[in-house]
Amino acid sequence: MESYSYAAPNSVSEAVALLSDNASIGRQTQILAGGTDVLVQMRGSGHTPRAILDIKALVETNRLEVSAEGIYIGSAVSSAVINENQQLQEALPGLLEAADLIGSTQIQGRATICGNLCNASPAGDSIPAMIAASAVCDIATATGTRELPVEEFVVGVGQNALQPGEFLLGLKLPMPTPGTKDAYLRFTPRTEMDIAVAGVGVSLTLKEGVCTAARVAIGAVAPTARLVPEAANALVGTDLNDQALADAGEACKAAASPISDKRGTAQYRKKVVAVLCRRAIALAHQRIQGA
Amino acid sequence: MARLQVESTINGETKEFLCDADQSMLDVLRDELGLTGTKEGCGTGDCGACSILVDGRLVCACLMLGVESGGKSIETIEGIADKDGLHPLQRQFLENAALQCGICTPGFIVASKALLEKHPNPDEETIRYWLAGNLCRCTGYDKIIRAVQDAAAEMSHPA
Repeated sequence: MESYSYAAPNSVSEAVALLSDNASIGRQTQILAGGTDVLVQMRGSGHTPRAILDIKALVETNRLEVSAEGIYIGSAVSSAVINENQQLQEALPGLLEAADLIGSTQIQGRATICGNLCNASPAGDSIPAMIAASAVCDIATATGTRELPVEEFVVGVGQNALQPGEFLLGLKLPMPTPGTKDAYLRFTPRTEMDIAVAGVGVSLTLKEGVCTAARVAIGAVAPTARLVPEAANALVGTDLNDQALADAGEACKAAASPISDKRGTAQYRKKVVAVLCRRAIALAHQRIQGA
Repeated sequence: MARLQVESTINGETKEFLCDADQSMLDVLRDELGLTGTKEGCGTGDCGACSILVDGRLVCACLMLGVESGGKSIETIEGIADKDGLHPLQRQFLENAALQCGICTPGFIVASKALLEKHPNPDEETIRYWLAGNLCRCTGYDKIIRAVQDAAAEMSHPA
């Protein structure tokens, strides 16, 4: 019977070679970073033994850089590490509040936001926040790297755009300009460690009181997190008055195509996503004014 | 499949062990190293009974592979007390009767130790959020919170 194997290469070229070698002998590879989803899945029924490829020994995946030129969050950097980073707390409070909502202290000690992205759950909290913050995936391929915006990375429930032989190295994010702040809000029945009924990530830019740029993304109300350009359009050019917020909320509601399950009906989720949208905009607005 | 040879530091001592590629750190501690103080509750990262510190970071041993501990420093409940006796947290859990069946206790104590290293004087809300990943079905948590507060007081003002 086939059994699990384990490798923790220390160069990207070695990791990519292992992926290709495994594929050539028909062996499935399981990329391992924080493992908080992977180890649970490994114990699930229907999971077959495979080659575990631990990417935590790579320099690239451990990068955490915050500078005026941009932000890089490697795919092996845990939520606990990013949440403790003061520069990130100032630059991307919304992304960090999303990361801080995922799991317990113990989970955050291992879990990575890149893993949250690759796992591609419709309710992954960090994904709308990444989309709002204009994050781009830095993907290792057999021939080098390629980039893909986060909103194009998740292609279905539990499915991402990684091709055979590829893995996620990290996320590239622009450094928010002065006057730009993000926020992420979700609704859960319980305040800690629950799965989102709906979530909204926003990033706003204000110049002299007028919104000059906006990104709004919704989560847990469709098979994948979605960027909602109509919501952003409702905000740009306004002073973020009540009507603009209401219009953005309605745009989120229109973009949502939720399911009904034990956490809430589709109708309820659509209503909640509009409310969360308005509140997240107000929160990001407050952050800009407070700066 | 040949077993993997791993060397890590467990409670300050270098240990070598063999494990399977898919064997969890929890199973390595309990079944290979005989350290049965770390408990298995859910095995899926929900209950915190298997809390350990890995290079000072609080994690669930059930969500980590044993092989991943290579070169790392692991601290378990067995490493909490020192030669002079129980850790203040252990003493205060006893004083406050903060345990009944005891299965969750090692996880709570390891998690609380990590908390007090980061926040030496946490308020109740901070304690409750930090320990939200540790489930107790006996005590109703109040006694646990008081034990952690008393241990924090004792550690910041040693008698």
